[in-house]
Order: sequence, then structure tokens, then C-alpha cells
Amino acid sequence: MVHLKVNGHAQTFDGDPEMPLLWYLRDILGLTGTKFGCGMALCGACTVLQNGKAIRSCSTQMSAVEGLEITTIEAISSNGPHAVQKAWAEVNVPQCGYCQPGQIMQAVSLLSSKPKPTDDDIDAAMAGNICRCGTYQRIRAAIKEAAKETA
Amino acid sequence: MITLEKPAVEKILIENVSRRNFLYGVLASSAFVLCARTTPLLARASRNGAPAFGASATPSIEGTAFHPSIFVGIHTDGMVYIVAHRSEMGNGVRTSLPRILADELDADWSRVTVLQADGDTAYGSQDTDGSHSVREFFDVLREAGATARLMLVRAAAQQWGIPEAQCIADPVHAVSDKNSTRKLGYGELAALAAKLPVPKKEELKFKSPQQWRYIGKPAPGYDVAEVCSGKPLFGMDVRVDGMLYAAIAHPPVLGGKVKSVDNSATLKVIGVKKTVAIDPFKPPHAFQPLGGVAVIADNTFAAFKGRKNLKIEWDNGSNAAYNSSDYKKELQQTARQPGKVVHTIGDPDAEFAKGGKIVEAEYFAPHLAHASMEPPVAVADVRGEKVTVWSPTQDPQGVQEQVAKALGLKKENVTCHVTFLGGGFGRKSKPDYAVEAAVLSQKTGKPVKVIWSREDDIKFDYYHSVAAMYLKAALDDSGKPKAWLQRSVFPPIGSTFDTNAVYGGAGEMSMGWNVVPFEVANFRSENGQAAAHVRIGWLRSVANIYHAFAVQSFANELAYAANRDPYDYLLGLIGNGRTIDAGQQPDMAAKYPYDIARLRHVTELAAEKANWGKKKLGKGTGMGIAVHRSFFTYVATVVEVEVDDRGAIRIPHVTTAVDAGIVANPEMVRQQFEGAAVFGTSIARTGEITATNGAIDQSNFYDYQVARMNDAPRQVDIHIVESTAPPAGVGEPGVPPFVPALCNAVFAATGKRVRELPLARNGFS
Repeated sequence: MVHLKVNGHAQTFDGDPEMPLLWYLRDILGLTGTKFGCGMALCGACTVLQNGKAIRSCSTQMSAVEGLEITTIEAISSNGPHAVQKAWAEVNVPQCGYCQPGQIMQAVSLLSSKPKPTDDDIDAAMAGNICRCGTYQRIRAAIKEAAKETA
Repeated sequence: MITLEKPAVEKILIENVSRRNFLYGVLASSAFVLCARTTPLLARASRNGAPAFGASATPSIEGTAFHPSIFVGIHTDGMVYIVAHRSEMGNGVRTSLPRILADELDADWSRVTVLQADGDTAYGSQDTDGSHSVREFFDVLREAGATARLMLVRAAAQQWGIPEAQCIADPVHAVSDKNSTRKLGYGELAALAAKLPVPKKEELKFKSPQQWRYIGKPAPGYDVAEVCSGKPLFGMDVRVDGMLYAAIAHPPVLGGKVKSVDNSATLKVIGVKKTVAIDPFKPPHAFQPLGGVAVIADNTFAAFKGRKNLKIEWDNGSNAAYNSSDYKKELQQTARQPGKVVHTIGDPDAEFAKGGKIVEAEYFAPHLAHASMEPPVAVADVRGEKVTVWSPTQDPQGVQEQVAKALGLKKENVTCHVTFLGGGFGRKSKPDYAVEAAVLSQKTGKPVKVIWSREDDIKFDYYHSVAAMYLKAALDDSGKPKAWLQRSVFPPIGSTFDTNAVYGGAGEMSMGWNVVPFEVANFRSENGQAAAHVRIGWLRSVANIYHAFAVQSFANELAYAANRDPYDYLLGLIGNGRTIDAGQQPDMAAKYPYDIARLRHVTELAAEKANWGKKKLGKGTGMGIAVHRSFFTYVATVVEVEVDDRGAIRIPHVTTAVDAGIVANPEMVRQQFEGAAVFGTSIARTGEITATNGAIDQSNFYDYQVARMNDAPRQVDIHIVESTAPPAGVGEPGVPPFVPALCNAVFAATGKRVRELPLARNGFS
């Protein structure tokens, strides 16, 4: 039996301990904001926060999340849009939008550790998140915009 | 199948359908609903209200004698509903299309609700590819909006008992009396307008471009807030009560069959219910499932894990002899021999025979996979004779057709709800994965969600074609070509539908190969034959990719052969303003003449904005330029690169000039062209699909790499030419010139000519 907190709510899980957190969130809890892109931690679409830090939920087994607090895209805007979401809208970042929950969670994690990221910081933090529509230029601009907001 | 240069709209007929219960559940019975029917009269199709995915209900449309295409409804509370009948995959159609209608309607955009259409032939083509959406529906949407506006004006005139001429839609979402201060909101007029006859087209007053409030003005995406909050919008997010999850072990080689299966380890996996065989396709494969063994489970992970535990012996069939490295040599060999003549101008052979300076070059571009971020996925629920499908699809009518065919049912009994697409790029106009879901739902008696893994997506795609090209030119003393020969060889898209197809279709030849937009008195284009061994499909900008790569690289090579600046030389090749015969159908040639002045203008604009020839470039840096017209849009791109000693490429700056005619939403156009530079970067740097013994070698983002933030262009500037020409395509045309512009820049920076894509095969990274 695995005990964890998802978006502030206590949960227990007694299924296959090899199940990745991603599929637990999506199929068992119905939190589909976290996306499936590769299953190998190569694209970042599945990014969630574990105790406030970005992790790839597709490669995190349920056996490894005992006692942890997980935050998904659904929970960062409970009190109105998060500064990062506002910046994303301001810059009109999304095209198809599928990767954007993962991008946003990665950016939230980046800004929590580096409130004023440089271009190199942004490259280093965001290089693991693929956007096939090619919105990188706007993602960079939106992160800088959000950094202004949160400063 | 892609339809090229064929109008999707033959005529427009607008009807008042307020009394017919359209948008049932969304609009009150007194609401005002207009339907703009855009196809010839078609047989009636019944529609039902199947449950929607996610929390909100999809508006259902009751079956009637008439069928809406793009339609507009106005609720008595003033909310305007506009149907988006094309698929949203990052192309911005859910914003750009409704705003065209809203403009002519003088509707307040903040009081517009966009509804996504299901699949229905009454819409005309919904196949969202070929960069068709705005150019084919611009007039239709304007007419629908203008019609509704006039009816609202007439309703106000009737209400006030004053002449129609005294009433104006002003300023927005209301009709005013010119002679007083009174006004009536659209909501207040809806019930009365619903009873009026539809005016004739001759009675309509269209706004002048100066009066447009939305067309040509930048607007952000309609769905941005929803997308950024992780709402269940995508096919991957669909959940239906009682739904089972399926992963399919496809035959590793095209045309392969299951010899034997041992599913004992699979059935021991927690959550796995059973395994189900899917029949192999009957050639041609078209959009049929590939066949194989499906693992049915109560969650996605169990299905994936169960599939990994299957022990399957395959009969790989004749394509097991396919090796892409040998095939490449065959294509190159074919390209060196005379092929089928596509188009001839003058007498190139006679001119070549005269001698002079001869330049020859061979180019090669490999297969590519689409790799949309959301892999193929679909949910199907088969209940007796009726089927409901939820799918991220570019072609909902194709889903209806193929599902019906596979299950032996009537097409009109298949409902296809279109979800958001997590990228499409052409992959999702092939409905094979939706057919798989339907077949499995029928076999299990439950709703089934088929989920492709990334490995499935990369290994079982409809691949962008591999191509070998040979070009030859004879130059005069000034370095200008007197004669030009170009030959391309690639397995055609037609092979997906016809096992005997070995030559490129008219569509593929029209994509940058029939002619070159250069002043060359003697010219011949040819096409050689090639048989396909994998499924061939269309990918964002299709054959333009390899054709533009060859032609624009060759033009650059000729510039160096002539010892000239590549930009100046390119302008010389293009020459002065004129219209050329590009082999277009007469009606399309009339609407979209191939206008060299526009091509020249974007070339000059891109060079000027990029500071061509003025910007100081250090060691290991260079600029490249290329220009190409596709989907009736003229695009020139200048790419600036920095290449270090180890061949690592950085792209600090890209400058693109676009003439797409009238632009519906410049913000969306910028996004498309910014994205095209990144898509082009992926193609040029690392894009390559290969096969060994018939099976695809690549599988995920580690061996099929796509551009990440750190390898994508740092800054992409888009310059949109103001134009009064008819709207042209914008989703695809940014890709073709980017790849040669980048390779030309690499040559300028390093002196190394890239004739075989990708750059990674040439010592660059």
C-alpha cells in the first residue's frame, strides 16, 4: 500500500507498484492535465511537482512516491491563474497546447529555485521539455514575463 | 487523401434553421440560427447526442432535412455561437475561422462561444490539411456573418417600424436607429430574426477591409486559458464510463502477420483482461489497421506492460528484404537515369549539348516521422449498429468512413467527436488508429481506448517520403543558367492507396517540381519510379520539403560556381515581375497566379530585414537564404548560424518574410512561421528514419531527435507582407525554405556543402 498526497489530498494505492505515477494520475485519479509523450523521461510532457520540484511522472514508479506530495497542473491555479499561466496567456504561447502543462510545471519549478533566470538557466531547465509546434521562443519570453511578475 | 488545388467549397447556401432545433441544448427554441451550407445538396444524415468527453456536454444537432456547415446561432441572452468545423491542432483555426464570421456579424468577440463540429459531409471537406482552412472558408464565413447581420438589422427595422436603411449594426453586437439613441442588442433581436427569410446574396453588404475589426488584427488563441490549466481537451484525455484500455503489438514489418502468440505472461499482469487478435490489412493498406495482437486492460500501464510480455512469432512477409541503406543507393541510381518527363520548356538537351559550364549535384532527404506530442489515440464505443468515436483527428469524415467500412456498418451510423489534437502535422488525417479502437470495441462489447506509445508512433507511421534528386545546369558566361534539368525519385503517397503506384502524383509534382521560378529558357523536370516498402503519408508541407531543399541548395551552389553573392544571384535567377505557368488548374491559376513579383518581394524583404551583406559575421558564422512558394504563399527565409570547431550548430537568428495574401489573424500566422522554423530545424539537423530488414530502426526521442529549446533558433522574426490578394495557406509554407536556408548558411559558415540530410550525417550536431 502506497500513501501519497496529490494536490493536497491524501491518497492510497495498492495496485501494481511498477505503475508509473503518470498513469496513476491519469487513469486512476482522472487527472488528465499531466500528459503522456514518451514514457522515458525524454520529452517532459508528464512533468509534475514532487515536493515542489519538477519530476517526470512517466518514469517515477508508484513504489517510489510513498509519503511524497505531488502537485499537478490542475492544482496550481486553485486561487486564479498562476503567474506562469498568466504569462503564458499574455505571450500567447500555446499552439496545439499538449506539451504546455508540462512546460508550465517545469517553469514553475525553475522560477521557484531561480526567480530571475538567465537565458542559460532557462535553456538548462527547459531543454528536457519538447514542444513539437515550436513555441520555444514564446516559452522563453513567458518565463521572463512571469519572473517580472513574481519578483 | 490530400486534395490539392481543388476547391473545398463549390457553392454557399445560407438557410434560416432556427425552427429546426439546431444546437439543441445550447440554444433556446427562440434563438436565431443560420446555417451556411457549403456543399452541393447531400443526402440527409442523422445526428445524435452522444455523451461528450470531459465534463461539459457537446452540443448535439438533431437530424433534420437540412444540414449545417459553418453556422452561427444567437441566443436570446446575446451569446453568439459559431461552429468551428475544422480541427484544432495548433493551427489556430478555432480562433481564426470564427473571427472571420464574427467580423462580418459585428459581434463582440468576448460574447462568442466556439463549438467544435462533429464529422459530417454537410460541412464539405473537414480534412484539416493542405493549409486549406482560411483560404477555402474565408468567403463562406464572411457571407454567413453578413447574412446574419442583415437579418438582425431587418428585425430591428420591423420592431421599430422604420425603414431598414435607418438601422445600422453599430458599434458592435447591437443594431442602432440612426435618427435616435435607441438600440437593440443582438440577443433582443434573436427571436424576431429567427422568423425572417434569408436575404439573397445580392442584398448583402460586405464590410470593406478598412472596416474590418478582427480580420487582419492580431488575437490570441481562443482556448489559451483552458489549455494552460490542463483541462481535458485532447483525445488522450477522453474517459468514457466502463472504458477499457488497449495497446497493440503491430507487425514490425509492413504487411507482416502473426504466426503464433504466447500470451501466458501477459495474462498474469495485474489489470490485463485479455488479448485480442486484429486481422492484417488487405493491400493496399490505405487507412486499415496494420493488424497484430491487442492487449486489453483496465489501465494504460497494464496494457503496455502486458504487451511487453507477449511472445509473438511474426511472418514478416516480403518487405523484410527492405533495407533503407540499399534502397537509398537504388533511388540515387534511378535519379541518374532519364525519368518520366513532368514539364519541358524550350530544348534543354540541345542547350546542354552546346557545352559551357556544367554544374551537377545530387541531393538526398530521408524518411521522416511526424512525432506529434500526442501519439495516436482514440476511443470507440460500438453499440450494435451504432458507433461513437472520440478522436484527435484531422479528418472526422475519414474516421466515419473507415470505421464504417471496417465494421460493415453505415457511415451515417458512425458519430465522430473531434477532440483537440496534440499536434497533427498530417499524421492524424489517417484514421487507422480510430479504426483499431472501433474493431476492439466491437470485439469486446465495451468502449475501448487505443493508446499508441511513442515507440508505436515512430515505428508505425505514415512516413514522409525519402527522396533522391539530381540537378544539372549549363551556365552562360555571366553565370546564369541557360539550361536546367531536375529529376526527383521518391516512393509516392499514391502507394498507400495503390500497390502499383511508383511515380509521384500531380500533387507531389506541383510541390516545387513542375517548374522553378527562375529565368531559365530551357528547362525539364522529371520523375523516376520508386516502390514503397513502408506506409507513405503526407507531413507538414509534404513534397515541398525535399524539392525546395534540392532547388534552393542548387541555386546556392550555382551562385558560388558563378562567384556571386548568393542573394544577388538568387534575385537574378528570379528576375523581374511576371506570372509563370506552374501547371495549375485554370481556376486556381486565375485565383492564385504564380506571381514572380511577390516571390521577389519576399526575398528582398527577408534579406533587408536580416541585414544581408551588412551584418558583420565572424569566423564560423554564416547566413543562408532560400525562397519557396507553396500553398499559394510566398516565403523567404534567412538563417544565421554559428558552427563551432566540433560542428555544433547554433541558430541565433531567423528572418522570414511571408506573403500569404489577406491574413485572417497575424498572431496565428506568426506562430505558424515561428513554429515552422523549429520544425525545419528538426528536419535539417536530425530528422531521419531508417529501416533494417523491413523494420524501422528508430523508436523514441533519443534516436529520433527533434529540436529542443537549446537547439531551436533563438530568435525568429516574421515579417508579414500586407496584401489584398486572396488568403493563402500558412500552416505549412514556412517549412520548405527553412531547410535549404539553414544548409546554405552552414556552407557559408564552414565551406561544407550539405547534399544529404540530415546535418547530423555530415559531421554536424
